Amino acid sequence: MTIKRKPKLAIWKFASCDGCQLSLLDCEDELLAITNRVDIAYFLEATSTVRKGPYDISLVEGSITTQHDVKRIQKIRQNSKLLVTIGACATAGGIQALRNFKNVNDFISLVYAKPQYIETLDKSTPIANHVPVDYELRGCPINKRQLLEVLSAFLHGRKPNTPSYSVCIECKRRFNVCVMVSCGIPCLGPVTHAGCNAICPSYHRGCYGCYGPMETPNTTSLSSQFSQLGLDKDNIVRTFRTFNAYAEPFRKESEAYEK
Amino acid sequence: MRSKTIKVDYLARVEGEGALYIKVKDGKLADVKLKIFEPPRFFEAFLRERNYTEAPDITARICGICPIAYQMSAVHAMEYAFCVKVEGQLRALRRLIYCGEWIESHALHVYMLHAPDFLGYPDAIQMAKDHSDIVQRGLQLKKIGNEIVALLGGREIHPVNVRVGGFYKVPSMQELAPIAEKLKWARDAALETVRWTATLNFPDFEQDYEFVALRHINEYPLNEGRLVSNKGLDISIQEYENYFIEEHVQHSNALHSAIKERGAYFVGPLARYNLNFDLLSPSAQEAARSAGLSPVCRNPFKSIIVRGVEILYACDEALRIIDQYEKPEKPSIQAQPTVATGFGCTEAPRGILYHRYSIDGKGIIVDARIVPPTSQNQKTIENDLWQFIPKYLHLPDERLTLQCEQAIRNYDPCISCATHFLKLHIDREQK
Ligand code: SF4
Ligand code: SF4
Repeated sequence: MTIKRKPKLAIWKFASCDGCQLSLLDCEDELLAITNRVDIAYFLEATSTVRKGPYDISLVEGSITTQHDVKRIQKIRQNSKLLVTIGACATAGGIQALRNFKNVNDFISLVYAKPQYIETLDKSTPIANHVPVDYELRGCPINKRQLLEVLSAFLHGRKPNTPSYSVCIECKRRFNVCVMVSCGIPCLGPVTHAGCNAICPSYHRGCYGCYGPMETPNTTSLSSQFSQLGLDKDNIVRTFRTFNAYAEPFRKESEAYEK
Repeated sequence: MRSKTIKVDYLARVEGEGALYIKVKDGKLADVKLKIFEPPRFFEAFLRERNYTEAPDITARICGICPIAYQMSAVHAMEYAFCVKVEGQLRALRRLIYCGEWIESHALHVYMLHAPDFLGYPDAIQMAKDHSDIVQRGLQLKKIGNEIVALLGGREIHPVNVRVGGFYKVPSMQELAPIAEKLKWARDAALETVRWTATLNFPDFEQDYEFVALRHINEYPLNEGRLVSNKGLDISIQEYENYFIEEHVQHSNALHSAIKERGAYFVGPLARYNLNFDLLSPSAQEAARSAGLSPVCRNPFKSIIVRGVEILYACDEALRIIDQYEKPEKPSIQAQPTVATGFGCTEAPRGILYHRYSIDGKGIIVDARIVPPTSQNQKTIENDLWQFIPKYLHLPDERLTLQCEQAIRNYDPCISCATHFLKLHIDREQK
């Protein structure tokens, strides 16, 4: 039997809330077992050990919002065999992309007394706008079960099994009563990427789209349903503009109602 | 002239990213700067023109480690604005979910972030090779905290079930019962946490801090109370901005807080403990005493024991709430937006978290202000380092770095929160 080197795992942070990387530490039952399978070579939230690349798998959290980060992600890409983005920030620009619809200088002076000290780009952009990405894991935050699936798939050289249908399908599988049909609650479930197992409708609220758009979503028809439920234009814009505001289908839909 | 520079790129085991800059000139400490280089994030600006109902979900994204704190400060501020009173079982459920976050966040910090410093490991994973039982205990405690948050909130990080006026859905007694069973184990594990952390080695380091925390008439503070300090402060939360100021300093993307005319202050577990010892559960008081803690503790390194005491308190409190639980008839109370300003201040695991919102007549936010615990502690952390480093200047840079990191971690700084940051940089200049 040949002794194989443990694959090196690195976890990187850009503009983010740390929630997606925390998902790994939240795998309380699996964490120590994971460290038997992979060598955690870079994970600042958890360890001061820093090992040089190249890395077999890089998990990237957060969006790109500074010039310095543009360069940093390029270096990380060069040093990584596989690069996986984790969460809405890294995959779609996240909540920080709300600045993309406004003039960022106004924002700086609102929050900081001395704007001259602040360096930032005018747009918050996903990792894939800057470097090729091998796999994108959705959610704000990601689902830790899906994270384990992605890690285990790549370790075994297979494709991760993370379905791309809508939250609606997950709801039906849980035999939830539809919150939109039966209670008239606006819900983004029909256009939102699966992965959370329909948490919000299971808690009697509408989905707010934290997993971002599914493939080819019918946002137009959903918006007109929202109108019928009494949502005005401003509220439709807000509904599509949260944690995946800059993901194209959501961005276009919100812009259509802004005019 | 000889000069020496040591650079360690990022400070690990804190939430978010930042740097520490130390300058040593002719063998004397010349400058200390705690830098936050996490990119600026514009939450207060994002909140403008949003619906008041969105504040709990939006502000949660400031921090994945303490989303409940953000949600609680936000909903309390809105309820203050619209004169909504959430009482009885709904209020109790809020305390319960907050207890879950305290248990989860404190267990993470005690076992995975801070203890490795005391025992000389780079992380809990290496520590587990020699102290497997201890690390397992920490992980299981953390898991129970997370289970409470996930049951009441829908998931551990950025829970979906908290709303202005209460919850979207409330649990049944049957759903809570299994948690109570696990909490009984957690109480013992928390007691063990207090005992074990008390056996660690603590540097002899005490300062004359001004501790600031909430104080409630009859309960250890989580969601409500007056703001008090050991130096005479006693104000209602809506007076916060009359007494505290925020400064934006060049070396940081966070804003530094200070008490007007007095300067730095200290928030978090140690402050809460010192100002509310009498309101801890009897078993938490007893555990603190047997661990050799007096009702007032001024050594920030011992905050690791105090976190253990608070985990124990949170388990006791969670058990009490579940024991007295009856499912409320309605999951929430209706709020009617008016033109108003609302204030919320709650005890995040790391200390007081202040929110203020102004709302127009249609429920739209026109102005928002958020002051997280880490920016409130930042001045105190720097002051500690000014006092602490001179005692260790004889150490080689690598050891000195570790000592500084440990001193910073006393505060469990959450850099993500503070930027709404750590790169270590030691400059030794010699003539
Ligand atoms: S996607 Fe959401 S949970 Fe993940 S880092 Fe971004 S804000 Fe945090
Ligand atoms: S239901 Fe929608 S908003 Fe709720 S957790 Fe799932 S994807 Fe996110």
